[in-house]
Amino acid sequence: MKEYLSFFRLRFSMGLQYRAAALAGVVTQFAWGFMLIMVFRAFYEADPEAFPMTFSATVSYLWLQQAFLALFATWMMESEIFDTVVNGNIAYELCRPIHIYHMWFSRSLANRLSRALLRCMPILLVASILPKPYGIEAPASGMHFVLFLITLLLGLFVTVAFCMLVYGLTFFTISAQGVRMVFASMLDFFSGGVIPIPFFPEKLRTVIEFSPFAAMQNVALRVYSGSMTAAQMQRTVALQVFWLIVLVLCGNLLCRYAERKVTVQGG
Amino acid sequence: MITMENVCKSYRVAKRNAGFGEAWKSLFRREYEVIHALQDVSFTISDGEMVGYIGPNGAGKSSTIKILSGILTPDSGTVLVDGRVPYRDRIAHVSRIGVVFGQRSQLWWDVPVTDSFELLKDIYSIPEATYRENVEELTELLDLKELLRSPARTLSLGQRMRCEIAASLLHSPKILFLDEPTIGLDAVSKLAVRDFIRKQNELHGTTVILTTHDMQDIEAISRRIILIGKGRILLDGTLDDIKKGDHNIDETIAELYRSYEI
Repeated sequence: MKEYLSFFRLRFSMGLQYRAAALAGVVTQFAWGFMLIMVFRAFYEADPEAFPMTFSATVSYLWLQQAFLALFATWMMESEIFDTVVNGNIAYELCRPIHIYHMWFSRSLANRLSRALLRCMPILLVASILPKPYGIEAPASGMHFVLFLITLLLGLFVTVAFCMLVYGLTFFTISAQGVRMVFASMLDFFSGGVIPIPFFPEKLRTVIEFSPFAAMQNVALRVYSGSMTAAQMQRTVALQVFWLIVLVLCGNLLCRYAERKVTVQGG
Repeated sequence: MITMENVCKSYRVAKRNAGFGEAWKSLFRREYEVIHALQDVSFTISDGEMVGYIGPNGAGKSSTIKILSGILTPDSGTVLVDGRVPYRDRIAHVSRIGVVFGQRSQLWWDVPVTDSFELLKDIYSIPEATYRENVEELTELLDLKELLRSPARTLSLGQRMRCEIAASLLHSPKILFLDEPTIGLDAVSKLAVRDFIRKQNELHGTTVILTTHDMQDIEAISRRIILIGKGRILLDGTLDDIKKGDHNIDETIAELYRSYEI
């Protein structure tokens, strides 16, 4: 356990040193957040009744999404992990008395957390002082806030566990680009990264809500503003735990299989 | 104690001729060629031996090192290192060995070298006192004092190589695999590294297996030589066995390669 904590620590402190990247990220997220809010405002002005969430709940969703983007953005996979597989530096990692899966998992967690930590503060701060209805609301209740934090972490774990499958698959291809792009865009869309899941057409929504995609950012961002019923919340949290277990098991199997089969090329 | 018995390993390599037309054709029908990297390789190395593993490019040296360090599974044959099968019992096996791949890097690019060392300390659960002692010894012998606090990306190849070697020895491994460890080193560092490897062997009885194209490395370090060519062991003996008259070591080896037609 200590060795994986150590990986976590090193990756975390490493992530904190990229200040310029964080600043650029914050600026981008502000611009993006405002743009989305304007788009949704135009829709709501046309017919507020047509939407499943209130405008201010949607705005809170969008700001939280921008603030914690680094926790869930599936296109933010670790290129260093892809690189070690593609250029063969994985040879060194296989020479260590550690499990590749656990090591990559702790690294990815640390990477996402350190990025999010740098970026979320300014966004949350500014979004909370913006005038109504363009700012972020207070959470629906204290209980909702606690549940928000729990589901945020669970969602992060599910996202990382899913990305681990993508890392594992790159063992079997020469270039990681293809696998990475397909999964990143698919995940981003179905997890509610482009538009929140409640806005999807009825039939598609029912299917997605049972999929691992809905167990990522969707849960925490909706729990916060209280737009889910108690029964819905129970079900989604249970699904989060379920998918986390399934994804971790699959990832472990995949990694173990890959370790046996892998050929380290060159030199 | 290391034993390899009748070990075979082959790879399937996609091949095609140059040109756009050929690339287009290979989209539909790909030609593969089976390369026999190792054919029936057998040898035994006892504890505390220093062995030079030599052969021309593409002879199968790195494949052997990869199998012995547990990264690669052979197609057939038995491999035992201290009673363990490396690729089956990877985690238990690798905690007792140290590996240097001269062509690759194990240091974290964007953080000071010492951070990478601290990480290795936790990975191998090296006791604090041993760790301090080893770092001190390695710092002195490999002249790392000025390097440890700089990020790995700012180091030159030779400087980084010295840090890489140190990193592989922090956990006082019983067996050391060195795959071209003197690539890119200047004369002083080369001498220091050779000297250092010899000392490790004398002081700690470390078994050393070394592949290199620099015959001075072999001359300085190993008493025993295993020659591999086209995947087969061609010779297993001492340097004196192959030395003829007053030829220097490079000529001797080149002649040896020629005589085996490899």
